[in-house]
Amino acid sequence: MRKQKLVLVGNGMAGIRAIEEILKLSPHQFDITVFGSEPYPNYNRIELSKVLQGDTEIDDITLNNWQWYEENEILLYPGETVTAIDKDNQTVFTDKERQVDYDKLIIATGSVPFMLPLPGVDKDGVTAFRDIKDCEQMIETSDQYKKAVVIGGGLLGLEAARGLLNLGMQVDVVHIADYLMERQLDKTAGKMLQKELENQGMNFLLNKQSVKITGRNRVKGLKFKDGGEVKADLVVMAVGIKPNISMAKESGVPVNRGIIVNDYLETEVPNIFAVGECAEHREMVYGLVAPLYQQAQQMAKRICNVDCDGYKGSVLSTQLKVSGVDVFSTGKIIEDKHTKSLKVFDEWRGVYQKVLVEEGKITGAVLYGDTKDGNRLLSLINKGAMIEEYTDNKRSEETGNDLIASMPEEEIICGCNGVTKGTIIEAINNQDLTTVEQVKGCTNASRSCGGCKSLVSDLLEYALGDQYDQNQKESICTCSTLSRDEVIEEIKLKELTHTREVMNVLGWTSEEGCSKCKPALNYYLGMLNPTEYKDERESRFVNERLHANIQNNGTYSVVPRMYGGVTNAEDLRRIADVADKYEVKMIKVTGGQRLDLLGVQKGDLPSMWSELDMPSGSAYAKGLRTVKTCVGADFCRFGTQDSIGLGVQMEKKFEGLNTPHKVKMSVSACPRNCAEGSVKDVGVIGLDGEFELYVGGNGGTHMRKAELLAKVKTEAEVLNTTAAFLQYYRENASYLERTSAWVERVGIEHIQNVLSNKKTFIDLNQRMDEALSVVQDPWKEAIKSETLLRDLYENVKVPAGSN
Amino acid sequence: MEKLLNKIFVAKVNELPEKLGRTVHVHGLELAIFKLVDGDIRVIENRCPHKGGVLAEGMISGEHVFCPMHDWKISVVDGKVQKPDIGCVQTFEVKVEKDNVYVMLPEK
Ligand SMILES: Cc1cc2nc3c(=O)[nH]c(=O)nc-3n(C[C@H](O)[C@H](O)[C@H](O)COP(=O)(O)OP(=O)(O)OC[C@H]3O[C@@H](n4cnc5c(N)ncnc54)[C@H](O)[C@@H]3O)c2cc1C
Ligand code: SF4
Ligand code: FES
Repeated sequence: MRKQKLVLVGNGMAGIRAIEEILKLSPHQFDITVFGSEPYPNYNRIELSKVLQGDTEIDDITLNNWQWYEENEILLYPGETVTAIDKDNQTVFTDKERQVDYDKLIIATGSVPFMLPLPGVDKDGVTAFRDIKDCEQMIETSDQYKKAVVIGGGLLGLEAARGLLNLGMQVDVVHIADYLMERQLDKTAGKMLQKELENQGMNFLLNKQSVKITGRNRVKGLKFKDGGEVKADLVVMAVGIKPNISMAKESGVPVNRGIIVNDYLETEVPNIFAVGECAEHREMVYGLVAPLYQQAQQMAKRICNVDCDGYKGSVLSTQLKVSGVDVFSTGKIIEDKHTKSLKVFDEWRGVYQKVLVEEGKITGAVLYGDTKDGNRLLSLINKGAMIEEYTDNKRSEETGNDLIASMPEEEIICGCNGVTKGTIIEAINNQDLTTVEQVKGCTNASRSCGGCKSLVSDLLEYALGDQYDQNQKESICTCSTLSRDEVIEEIKLKELTHTREVMNVLGWTSEEGCSKCKPALNYYLGMLNPTEYKDERESRFVNERLHANIQNNGTYSVVPRMYGGVTNAEDLRRIADVADKYEVKMIKVTGGQRLDLLGVQKGDLPSMWSELDMPSGSAYAKGLRTVKTCVGADFCRFGTQDSIGLGVQMEKKFEGLNTPHKVKMSVSACPRNCAEGSVKDVGVIGLDGEFELYVGGNGGTHMRKAELLAKVKTEAEVLNTTAAFLQYYRENASYLERTSAWVERVGIEHIQNVLSNKKTFIDLNQRMDEALSVVQDPWKEAIKSETLLRDLYENVKVPAGSN
Repeated sequence: MEKLLNKIFVAKVNELPEKLGRTVHVHGLELAIFKLVDGDIRVIENRCPHKGGVLAEGMISGEHVFCPMHDWKISVVDGKVQKPDIGCVQTFEVKVEKDNVYVMLPEK
């Protein structure tokens, strides 16, 4: 029998989800063709916010890679737009003059961002926030420009604003209402949110109506109706979306706001379906993923002729993906004369919760500050539960289980990745999972926004009963249930000396561990016993094993050490010669004022190092990277201290040290702080007659300003205090925990207290000296050892023709 | 039709590092050889199906290698990518005779 032809227009979240469901139900029924205007495989649009906020790379948000299309024999036309449908002959036409017949057609064209029709919207530097292209434009703009204005104080606008802050821009958010997220929050919650975001550095212009975007070619500013204006190098419009229906409409598919569909997602034209943001079901158009997935599931059943009840509409819930802010809202949120509400307002802890009740039934909720009840409330609303069920629920544990028990198997638990209750329970039972982390690993649930974590935890409890430990401590990885502190205790107590032994004695579930625990154990063992422990090369990440940074194409980069960022003509000449000889692709000055030689073949590394004859810059290490310095007293008219000299001393003292994560330092010679000490792990600022030591700063993914640790008088004290601080960090932080996260966790006062004890201070310094006593230059070590050279750096080339 | 296989010498057993990978270029292919803790020798294609990470530089644990680029976990025995990611890399048959390691490659 001839396979039926299924064509999908729109390679986005809803459309591909539908294809996945169809492949599950009936893998061989269709020849599938997909058209997508964007030149990428299917990706997770939700995560664009995270890309902008720096937690995720664009490369990592692909949901189905090219190979997936191939494996499932789906013909994908990326970067190709369907321009018309001939519904009588069942054919689609594209902008590349292609013409494809269908037996069944799915339209899933999503939405287009709504651009306010202001004069000047077509200027350079005005963008929406919808796709990868927009995201890239914002990231690029932030390299050159400083000032961003986001129009729209809703979910999308705030996520964009947070991202732009992380990209180092100043951000004004312009909003037409008098409080934020007015469609999802009430005024109390909106104002609390505003305060928190102001603390994070956003500036709000509320009650403002934009009338004009100014500038010549590029935006310069934004004017308001009340006559005010602000400067802007970038304007991001996030005021709403509208269903992308023009192609369907012109082709004669009936539309209203969206493409009109029935409960089976059928349009009024035979054999044409619509799903996702472009579809209008029972006069509702949805702009969130969870409902689209529910639609996709029902539609797939219909297309594969499987019995189904059809789609009945969804209760919406939203969550803001901005770190440090927990906001959840669902269902009806504004009181009227029919509603009563249950409120908790704890200004002290910053918690606000409101549950709306209508004729005894829960109809909506707003949660701020503590959102763990969110998903439970959503489920209760979905099943039309009475308010008692929620209030009782809060008291007794078992009813939580009742709620889980009553959920249908196909109810989606993780909206981002479309994972159902059934899938999770099955994975828990069949693969003996016991932790949320494991469920995440096996099913993808809660891998994206993390909003469903508490539900996953409930499911585990439901499936495992008493065996489930609710207050799961953070184990060091999935190979063990022990926490970092427990592991370290056991190592000390049982005097364990190498990683395999730790794994054996402490009952690891895998014989040889994984890429998380191996490096962590290797670090802990070395930290606890620096003079005797023999570092395990195979437990190190490639960068640290080879002492060069691996690049995306498998070549490496080499950074020679340059104490304090100071170099001389002779060294530069040698670097230039080596760069020529080994055909280095690029030489670049790094953020820490060092020279980076990029694009080196692995096999060339040892000879390059010996010809450079300089120490390793450890630019790859979980250890001290660089000490950045300003010009200081010798040259600068403001300088009060010898910042270069001190920086060189610090770098010489701490080079080669292993730490839980990378450590960057800086020394500036006056409060102008040209070496940017407020975003360093240790930032020293020289004043007239004393030094200030700042710690716990970070300029990377999670921006954090360093806090003042101490003021000291002499250079020697700077060195000792830094040593005590770093040693305390080495001994107490988890592996891969930056000082910023660690200082935040334990608190600066705690560290100050510890260091203020004279004896502790001296002991820490002694243990630091011990750790430093075994340091060797990794490049020298490698060049000298034949086994290292052979095992690590040699590639074998078998000549052609040999047998 | 059955494909002819070529038996090609790639290394001496005692020259292979333990618990570390080694890269071999042979007849236009790039292979990663691993000598596992139990002495077993395995050969797979040296590129991760995700974004082409070089697997020979990955961390090895039991019968799996973790890609150094984004940490995908891949079996060196059957080449399968472990959940939640999907995909697979090509594996090659290995013959060890005396102290010599041979890889079986399809005839070109
Ligand atoms: C930054 C951001 C953050 C978000 N955060 C969340 C969140 O936290 N939670 C949540 O639930 N939702 C969130 N959303 C919304 C969510 O991403 C959308 O609801 C969802 O992607 C819609 O899926 P869709 O398939 O209908 O449309 P899309 O994913 O937009 O897919 C439509 C695709 O069709 C293509 N297309 C359009 N016309 C044609 C044509 N004629 N021919 C060929 N191809 C065409 C488009 O290029 C597009 O790739 C967010 C959205 C954005 C932009
Ligand atoms: S920090 Fe002060 S002393 Fe150092 S370069 Fe800047 S202005 Fe000059
Ligand atoms: S390239 Fe291997 S995990 Fe990404």
